[in-house]
Amino acid sequence: MSLRDRAAVAGVGETAYTRGSGRSGLALSLEASLAAVADAGLSPRDIDGVIPMIGRGAIAEDIIANFGISNLRFSAQVPMGGASPVASLQCAAAAISAGLCRHVLILIGRDAFAGGRAATRVHQIPAFRTVGEFELPLGAVSPAQLYAPMARRHMEQYGTTIRDFAEIAVTTRQHAALNDRAIMRKPITIEDHHASRMISDPFRLLDCSQENDGGAAVIVSHPDAARELARPRVLISGTAEGHPDSPASITQRGDLTRLGTAKAAPIAFAMAGMQPSDIDVAEIYDCFTYIVLCQIEDLGFCAKGEGGRFIREKGIGLNGALPVNTHGGLLSQGHMAGMNHIVELVRQLRGEGGPAQVKDAEIGLVTGYGDMGDGSIAIMRRG
Amino acid sequence: MMNEDFPLPTPGPESAPYWAGLREGRLLIQKCGCCGKLRHYPRPVCDDCFSMQCDWVQVSGRGTIHSWTRTHHAFLPAFRADAPYILVTVDLEEGPRMNARLRGDGQDPIIGASVICKFEAHDDNWTFPSFALV
Repeated sequence: MSLRDRAAVAGVGETAYTRGSGRSGLALSLEASLAAVADAGLSPRDIDGVIPMIGRGAIAEDIIANFGISNLRFSAQVPMGGASPVASLQCAAAAISAGLCRHVLILIGRDAFAGGRAATRVHQIPAFRTVGEFELPLGAVSPAQLYAPMARRHMEQYGTTIRDFAEIAVTTRQHAALNDRAIMRKPITIEDHHASRMISDPFRLLDCSQENDGGAAVIVSHPDAARELARPRVLISGTAEGHPDSPASITQRGDLTRLGTAKAAPIAFAMAGMQPSDIDVAEIYDCFTYIVLCQIEDLGFCAKGEGGRFIREKGIGLNGALPVNTHGGLLSQGHMAGMNHIVELVRQLRGEGGPAQVKDAEIGLVTGYGDMGDGSIAIMRRG
Repeated sequence: MMNEDFPLPTPGPESAPYWAGLREGRLLIQKCGCCGKLRHYPRPVCDDCFSMQCDWVQVSGRGTIHSWTRTHHAFLPAFRADAPYILVTVDLEEGPRMNARLRGDGQDPIIGASVICKFEAHDDNWTFPSFALV
């Protein structure tokens, strides 16, 4: 038995993304959840499963208390950092397919601009315990510093350049400029990228995602139930998670240029009965520009080392061969640990993409990445 | 200088010998007591033969640069005075890798360049590794 088409995304919701909301992560995650429930045409009391993201948003008990749910049947957490939201789609699909529940709420709320910044968040994730004891005292304290050696190694082995990274930053900002829900909308140029201040070489400021407040949520439902609901049904056709070798310690990983995504992608494509050429639009986790380039390779859109060329020659803009991060991503729309990538993919497949709608988008892909290298993927289709 | 924000290690039973070795100017890593495979960072089980027996062996400290980054933005106040600083990922001669500061002239490191481990006393209790070009 596979999870192919055994669950569907029935509703999506998000709050405004702001830099300083004065609101708690709890309130933001609940507001987004109510929006997702309303989008699906459900009552909050219909939710019978919940997968909250680890952090400062709601936990399962908050959902029960605030939504007055009398019999929550399933709750779980998926501790994979930025890979968690998409891996939670797999978890929800498995629970629904097993008959445990019918409507699973997956949610996140963040007050990152006010409170839990990246350099402190990373120290709280369980996987960092293994490596933190040895690398924190040396001054390797943030994701930018931990991932920079992966990018540097890719440049060394394959000739990838900072110009390739800049292309990703510029194209993503072009998409954000079309999105009135994005925080960073002012167009940027390759020169702007190169002139932005260095954070941790080779990453400059415009290679890095931003910090903001907000909430986002999705509802995964039984496909029969989703067919009866308010919105066009978006089926989860293939989904998988992948963990790289030496998952907690990047330093000890044999090949620094491969992420867990490389292990997950073949499983997800096989489950969906599809291949990369079938994908009309891709929302790819973009905590840093390089991470997008690396995943384009690991997903099989091109060979390892060809990511820079793929971006230059095939294109990741709205008119490119593979439109990527049509909402502006973590780099420019906002950082919701990739929950906003799921929201955007569902909107694209429903034809609700607004000015950034990819024409005739029927099949799409969303990825998560985090926790030092974990990858997650979901291939979805309208249907 | 005492710095209350400095992220000092909190060793457990598996890692205490590593830190004790650094204090003595010796770079120690785990060697499986059954099959002999070296591993780092410290952990309880050998991933080849699953033995929980292990010895601590001194390695040469010699290696080559596998990758690097130069940090300009200090993410914690404790490292603000140090920035910019270079972190190198080093392939040790014996196999496992290390991550540590590169001391020297501040030039861009060259991948493949030879380095040697040094021992820097942070305070009376803690010694941290660093690397210098050979």
